[in-house]
Amino acid sequence: MKIIVLMKPAPDIEKVKFDVKKGVVDRSSAKLEINPFDLHAIEAAVRIKESIGGTVTVISMAPPHAEPALRDALARGVDRAILLSDRRFAGSDTLATSYTLASAIKKIGEFDLIICGEKSVDGDTGQVGPEVAEFLGIPHVSYVTGIKEVSCESVTVVSDFGIAYYLIKIKLPALISVTKEANVPRKPKFKDLMKARKAKIEVWTADDLRDVVDFSRLGLEGSATRVVKAYYALEKGREGTRVKGDEGVRKIIELLSSSGVI
Amino acid sequence: MSEGGILVYAEYIEDRVHPVTYELIGKGRELTSKLGGSVKSVIIGYGASSRAEELIHYGADEVYVYECKIKSPLNILLHKEILVSLIHEIKPKLVLFGATPWGRSLAPRVAAALRTGLTADCLDVYVTDDGSVVQVRPAFTGNIIAHIKTVTTPVMTTVRYKVFKPPKKDPSRKGKVIIREVPAEGAVHYAGIEILGKAREKEVNIADAEVIVAGGKGLKRKEDLKLLEELAELLGGVLAVSRPLVDAGWASKDRQVGFSGNVVKPRVYIACGISGSPQHLAGMKDSKIIIAVNIDPSAPIAKYSDLFVIGDLYEVVPKLIEEIRRIRGSKSWRLSPS
Repeated sequence: MKIIVLMKPAPDIEKVKFDVKKGVVDRSSAKLEINPFDLHAIEAAVRIKESIGGTVTVISMAPPHAEPALRDALARGVDRAILLSDRRFAGSDTLATSYTLASAIKKIGEFDLIICGEKSVDGDTGQVGPEVAEFLGIPHVSYVTGIKEVSCESVTVVSDFGIAYYLIKIKLPALISVTKEANVPRKPKFKDLMKARKAKIEVWTADDLRDVVDFSRLGLEGSATRVVKAYYALEKGREGTRVKGDEGVRKIIELLSSSGVI
Repeated sequence: MSEGGILVYAEYIEDRVHPVTYELIGKGRELTSKLGGSVKSVIIGYGASSRAEELIHYGADEVYVYECKIKSPLNILLHKEILVSLIHEIKPKLVLFGATPWGRSLAPRVAAALRTGLTADCLDVYVTDDGSVVQVRPAFTGNIIAHIKTVTTPVMTTVRYKVFKPPKKDPSRKGKVIIREVPAEGAVHYAGIEILGKAREKEVNIADAEVIVAGGKGLKRKEDLKLLEELAELLGGVLAVSRPLVDAGWASKDRQVGFSGNVVKPRVYIACGISGSPQHLAGMKDSKIIIAVNIDPSAPIAKYSDLFVIGDLYEVVPKLIEEIRRIRGSKSWRLSPS
């Protein structure tokens, strides 16, 4: 089975610093690493490869310094890593990102299954998976909490529809986005980390996609949304009361009564 | 039929119209004063026609009903095709979806097919004086709030549940119901997707809860969750947990509050032994009232709480339960007609 994983190199949200005044991320404050949700996509792909055979290719669209994140993916059992990196991709929203990723997949050619994480810790949209599927004209299932069965023709998955979980059989080629419940990712082994350090990361620019892409649909020009302003959200907290022990119990009761809960 | 205006996708699963639908219709009404046009809604599924009047009572002017002939769960590609052709036909300026798992899976497919912008999980939508729509959304695990404009049409948005007030239902309100045929017969098998059935129910739907009592790493044993559950039940609420307790296998993911779990906005959120990681805050910081009980006075959650009680939850919670029981007991004693 030919599996493609869409992986987003993202800053570590615990370490990243925010420019409180400008409402932007200080990009130099944290390295790019595998978006935590995508670790589960990689694990799902590697498990399928281990059980029925095949190859796993990871694709990322990111600046050149995202390379270590792709090496990490290789250390985790991925066979091939492609980094889409070009100034012409900069400023992409989900529409342009999905279009670019879908174009790269067309260039790769054959595939059976695409796996991505449910969303990223920075963009937090969860839109790229379904949009890539639409651009490729293949079915998708989002919020996959478990993979039940895999064959060369189909996969059967459990998906969170919000109100309940459903069992869905999806014909290949297809795309699934997995949640953190789908599996527990393994830690890479030391020897695999060493091997990945020397492995080749293919870097593709917009020109490499020439045959499959309309340049006007890339980057900021190809994006449909614009950020008009942004600010840091956690700066302003609540002017809360701080109390200790039994006084606390009394205050909680007061608050619950005044809000009509008791 | 009129062009322009706002289209609200009515999320209709398992015979239930998701309440976010009514909130969006209410918001749509408000936005039409600046955006112009009417509020339209589209509902797809078995028994959909029986819900059309209700959508009008909540504020829709026109309801497009795609009635399915067989009772079946939702096929996303069928919904996508219906929406794409309807949007081409009625050309709304703005299309609103609930930012539910279903809405966040369906809306991107529709947006990609229409090659238009989609803004995810919004906390607000407003129209500027020059008539452009601005969407307000969190990013970076809730650390950043961004205001976003869409330069293509239609503007498409998924909006978080409970950010807009549900409108009052007006049973005398009149509107137009347009009944359509579902284009494909096979709603179950369609375009490579076969829905085999329900895998399982949710243990609890914490997004709907009005009162949540949540436990975190401050709990010493799994059994101690019963203490918090007792408090939750007394308050007519539900028990929730932070991620470490799910990872430890103490509770199911259905009860997890946070960025990778459920985003909640209850009337009252009581966090017990939860320090308040950015991921947890992203899931609950918009709750109306936040009460935190924590032994550590420097716990980050303090800053986001209306009331921060510095104390051991093992002392505070039992006393609280006892006190609520006492108050309830005395109230019922006073009310008894002896």
